[in-house]
Amino acid sequence: MPDATFLDATELVINMGPQHPSTHGVLRVILKLDGEKVIGTECVIGYLHRGVEKIGENRTYQQFAPYVDRMDYVAAVSNALGYCLAVEKLLNVEAPPRAQAVRVVLTELNRIASHLLWLGTHALDIGAITPVFYCLREREEVLKIFENYCGARLTTHAFRIGGLQYETYDGFEEETKKFCDWFIPKVDEYERLLTHNRIWVGRLKGVGVLNAEECKEYGVTGPVLRAAGVKWDLRKAQPYSGYEQYEFDIPTCENGDTYDRYTVRMEEMRQSTRIIRQAIDRIPSGPIMGKVPKVVKPPVGEAYVSIEAPKGELGYFIVSDNSTQPYRLRVRPPSFVNLQALDRMVRGGLVADVVAIIGTLDIVLGEVDR
Amino acid sequence: MADEQKPDGSAVPPPAGSEAPKPAPPKPAAAAHAAPPKPPATMVTTPWNSDVTQLLTERFGGAVTEFSTYLGQNFLVAKPDAVIPILETLKLELDFDYLVDITAVDYPKRAERFEVVYILYSFARNERIRLKTMIPDGHRPATAVTVHLGANWLEREVFDMFGIEFEGHPDMRRILLPEEWQGFPLRKELSILHQDDVWVQENLGIESGQ
Repeated sequence: MPDATFLDATELVINMGPQHPSTHGVLRVILKLDGEKVIGTECVIGYLHRGVEKIGENRTYQQFAPYVDRMDYVAAVSNALGYCLAVEKLLNVEAPPRAQAVRVVLTELNRIASHLLWLGTHALDIGAITPVFYCLREREEVLKIFENYCGARLTTHAFRIGGLQYETYDGFEEETKKFCDWFIPKVDEYERLLTHNRIWVGRLKGVGVLNAEECKEYGVTGPVLRAAGVKWDLRKAQPYSGYEQYEFDIPTCENGDTYDRYTVRMEEMRQSTRIIRQAIDRIPSGPIMGKVPKVVKPPVGEAYVSIEAPKGELGYFIVSDNSTQPYRLRVRPPSFVNLQALDRMVRGGLVADVVAIIGTLDIVLGEVDR
Repeated sequence: MADEQKPDGSAVPPPAGSEAPKPAPPKPAAAAHAAPPKPPATMVTTPWNSDVTQLLTERFGGAVTEFSTYLGQNFLVAKPDAVIPILETLKLELDFDYLVDITAVDYPKRAERFEVVYILYSFARNERIRLKTMIPDGHRPATAVTVHLGANWLEREVFDMFGIEFEGHPDMRRILLPEEWQGFPLRKELSILHQDDVWVQENLGIESGQ
């Protein structure tokens, strides 16, 4: 940090959070300012630390499954998918095709729900009040599908190791299709509200630039990386759960600024709808549970399995010692790693932009702190 | 605890002469633990051969003690001192430019107690590998921040949870737990119910494990 400031005035250190409406949870950022310019930041995190990894070592594999929902609680289904895939990898089993297709449908629905919550709150932070109501209205429909499917709306515990606990309910396909048809015009509606809105563009264009090199250097993944022009998505790069069967594009942009990240996420919602449509038409009949023993005891070994969660690469590194509990369970959370790049993004910008940048990173503190 | 029955036999049978240069205690202790006749349950791995292994063997020779594949996932085991040069070579010459994660695993019964795991990915090759190294308690491995900036918080978390300090790290402090917290939660000797009882009592006013 430079000693002498631009205005030759004393530096001002202000504290933002942990109780601040635009930090999306309990993030505390200490800002060092020169006038309105940010010349340094420090993130203080851990307010929501629950020791998920330690809990994992003290629960059986099945018992731990509901805990993962509580990390990224706006995308619980994605967390569960990653965890189930990791344990299945250790057991060397695969979920049956029917279970895989239903998993894809639910995970993509969850991606939409997660992006909707991001869009609503991000717009709210910038000063646009209306989108949040629209977004929550559409998200409600996704949550209703979850509720009908497994009885829970937020922390769903939708999947089990080896497949699914529940068969789909009557009308699942129709309802999901109906949602897709109804949802696409809504995305257009958001775009009409925001994409060319002068204030929106003014607040986002050129703000919080993170280029491709910096993204790789910090390990930033997900929409942030794609907005910087890297066409990389784990669903394409290393397909899991049968993603290779579905046609979809990876939206990318070039500048890596806040506006590009907005564009990428909007397009991702459309692409998710596309995947859901294909998957729902192709749900095969058959069993929903693979051959998994009642007592899960993976052989001695270790595996790292990651998926493309709405926020980026979500990975699970599990070490098994052939007991019923993981010997070590590590979660590689996308939000935690992405948040690290905040300093680089806000430095040199204005205080007001910090709010926009935190919003565009789309972090969930439950996942940052675990 | 799950680790009670864990035979000391590690996943990696160290080849002769590969023991760390650290003084006396390790060897006899390890031998004593390995004695029970229980069949050692180890990870059944297959050897891994590719251009990566070739280049690394050529460059680092004996510093890399193992190239293996388990469940289709490749990993290598290296001596602690060689980790940073290997990361550098992997990044600059083999395109492993994305450090996915750094974490550790605690094996209290081993002489070299901690296994530090670096997970790497290459965008260009679409390939993922793991680099592992064993270090004894108190050993300070060199920081990877010099190679990947993203290692900063990841190493801080490893320090926070395991008490492994990284030499040369720009900001070696706790990250998730409070500054004044005592103990390192993910070490196996700490039970889930009793971590820092004093801190919990003072700051939250409850008995720990409640």
